[in-house]
Amino acid sequence: MAAANVALHDTHDHDHDHEHHDNFITKYIFSTDHKMIGKQFLVTGIFWALIGGFLSILFRLQLGFPDMELYFLKPLLGGWIDDAGKLDPNFYLALVTMHGTIMVFFVLTAGLSGTFSNYLIPLQIGARDMASGFMNMLSYWFFFISGVIMFCSLFLENGPAGGGWVVYPPLSALEQAIPGSGMGMTLWLIAMTFFIASSLLGGINYITTVINLRTKGMSFSRLPLTIWAFFLTAVIGLLSFPVLFAAALLLVFDRSFGTSFYLADIYISGEGALPNTGGSPVLYQHLFWFLGHPEVYIVLLPALGITSEVIATNSRKPIFGYKAMIISMLGITILSFVVWAHHMFVSGMNPFLGSIFMFLTLIIAIPSAVKVFNYLTTLWRGNLIFTPGMLFSIGLVSFFISGGLTGIFLGNSAIDIQLHDTYFVVAHFHLVMGSASFFGLMAGVYHWFPKMFGRMMDAKLGYIHFWLTFVGVYLVFFPMHYIGIAGFPRRYYSWTNFEFSNMYTDLNMFVSAAAIITFAAQFIFLFNFFYSMYRGKKASLNPWRSTTLEWTTPLIPGHGNWPGEIPSVYRWPYDYSKPGAKEDFIPQTVPLSATPESNLPHEQELVKLEKEIIAEEEQVLVANGSKEA
Amino acid sequence: MEEKLAYVEGAEQPIAMHPKKFALWLFMVTVVMIFAALTSAYIVRQSEGNWLEYDLPAIFYYTSAVIILSSIFLHWAYVSAKRDELLQLRIGISIATILGILFLIGQWYSWVALVDKDVYFVGNPAGSFLYVFTGLHALHLISGVIFLIIVLISSFRYKVHSQSMTPMEMCVTYWHFLGGLWLYLFMFLQLNH
Repeated sequence: MAAANVALHDTHDHDHDHEHHDNFITKYIFSTDHKMIGKQFLVTGIFWALIGGFLSILFRLQLGFPDMELYFLKPLLGGWIDDAGKLDPNFYLALVTMHGTIMVFFVLTAGLSGTFSNYLIPLQIGARDMASGFMNMLSYWFFFISGVIMFCSLFLENGPAGGGWVVYPPLSALEQAIPGSGMGMTLWLIAMTFFIASSLLGGINYITTVINLRTKGMSFSRLPLTIWAFFLTAVIGLLSFPVLFAAALLLVFDRSFGTSFYLADIYISGEGALPNTGGSPVLYQHLFWFLGHPEVYIVLLPALGITSEVIATNSRKPIFGYKAMIISMLGITILSFVVWAHHMFVSGMNPFLGSIFMFLTLIIAIPSAVKVFNYLTTLWRGNLIFTPGMLFSIGLVSFFISGGLTGIFLGNSAIDIQLHDTYFVVAHFHLVMGSASFFGLMAGVYHWFPKMFGRMMDAKLGYIHFWLTFVGVYLVFFPMHYIGIAGFPRRYYSWTNFEFSNMYTDLNMFVSAAAIITFAAQFIFLFNFFYSMYRGKKASLNPWRSTTLEWTTPLIPGHGNWPGEIPSVYRWPYDYSKPGAKEDFIPQTVPLSATPESNLPHEQELVKLEKEIIAEEEQVLVANGSKEA
Repeated sequence: MEEKLAYVEGAEQPIAMHPKKFALWLFMVTVVMIFAALTSAYIVRQSEGNWLEYDLPAIFYYTSAVIILSSIFLHWAYVSAKRDELLQLRIGISIATILGILFLIGQWYSWVALVDKDVYFVGNPAGSFLYVFTGLHALHLISGVIFLIIVLISSFRYKVHSQSMTPMEMCVTYWHFLGGLWLYLFMFLQLNH
């Protein structure tokens, strides 16, 4: 292994002529460069998305085709396919658990926030790198270790964790309960501990970088909305992940040390009472959902930020209501911490408390609606350019609306009592959180691919990928609303045992078929991604004619991002189609004094202030020049 | 490389705080959130009844005094470092470190006292919570002691003085924070007992 690495390192030193010589290991593996770490998060996220998606196909086969003989999966799943060719029911539970865990944490938290926060924050605020490159590297490697542990748990004899992604005790706390609460659950908890550490290290870095390392002129009111979104996401993570850690810690004590934080007076399979007394399972739910609900916004906000940027750029219009966007994101951030108990309307909570949480939950509809309105008004009468990134962003807005509307139903505790834990909930959060965030991720990849790899992704394949996925997602999740209204609970192995759900067998078959096609469509993206990385058309410096700072770097930015001085910023990031301007976009680096023809009256006044800053800048240049000499 | 770093840090910084110091503050926020979660879990659980009543170990008064003294000595060391009085710096930080270790030993004896009262980690959550609070705080305090020892060593190598205060300042902030966290936990336990 060591010898192989040394050999690779030699060839690489000859190939690349960098200002500062990286060998293979420091460049591609233990990199402290934010761009490489971002790409590492992206590739790892794609890997996990494939696994998570594949697991969902397995349980969709069971749900859609209950009589199917799955012998052909025997080479892969071994003992999990029983002699009759049926999926093992316990393994089914493990599948839904792992699908949820992987998608929520590994793909849409680490893969989305990890990728784009790392990649874009320094580039868009004008910084050389993150505040601490080392911590950033640690963040990725903790995530990696977490992934390795979770991956290993898939191959345990008793299967991975099976108590649902929320791992409620006592089910998850007692090994006797289900096979999935044994070793698999232990590994789940260890993996999540590493994941929390990774998220916190990343989050601390993102916040510090945004606050401390912005370039000259990059005030908070000139930050692109992407950065605002990443910043607020990191704040939410910083406040909520420690609480998950506390919840998991107490669960570990209950599982492995015999304490009774969550366990009380339990009789299990005729064994007699367990020794645990005095615990409270609802306590776990409170602690878990204090993270769990903000987690929804950790997943969603970065996608919304990316969408703001992509929609404004490709509508060739300033984002509508820049300040309203920021205020609504702030509102979502604050509200995300006071609505957690709407996940617990049927947990035996005080109904009065329920009505308070219902009220707070419905308030979130306001900032969310403001954002939707602003996206639509940005699109309205814009010179729309339908790049794949733009299509995915519009797709996000569509899912955000259709999934958000059902959120209003579910937020009402009276209706939630009927719909709780049915497929209606599954449909709701897969649209508003899962698919919307996934589309944000895709929009980001298509939009910033030229910056990441210096080449363009193929647009035609992008369109095919978009339409198959967009239509596919609706075909998969829309029918689930009906199944849910009929009352079918989620996480059930089989539909055929009850008369009322029996009649939905055809619909389930349809959903499963749509899911398989949608999953297959992702391989178009996968091919496009890796093919374009090496063979794609060479990108121009600013292919989308965008205003933000990352497009002022060289085609493939080196270590430190800008070869010379970091550019200063003189205007907000959304000067698209400004009346009077020659081009339909003015980059943030163009001083107001250089564009008298398009300045608004209040901007004309800023010109004087700007001249002072430029004078100061020149002094710094001189000072740096003498330092280097 | 050294030159490069100096340049990066010399770049315009919108707020005066050193990025590493700021990151430390954010880390302390996460620690606050962990203990906020645990102490609110304590209150929620306590209100449900079936709660074991017992007296807190008296040794907590002594360990609280020790941690306050330690913070005072460390602050003295910090002020001395700012004035370049290096001998006092070394004495102060050494005493603070020793007191920190003493605190940890004292916390261990609080567990011994609990066991003597038949309050165990495994049993009624009232007792378990106390072990989790003290144990998790002690873990953080160990990280603080390690930080203290690192700064202590660099103070003996003449690396802490009025021109080079960042690690010292971070260490002092963290140590005061951990002391304050303990006082919070102790007061919380006194009030909700």
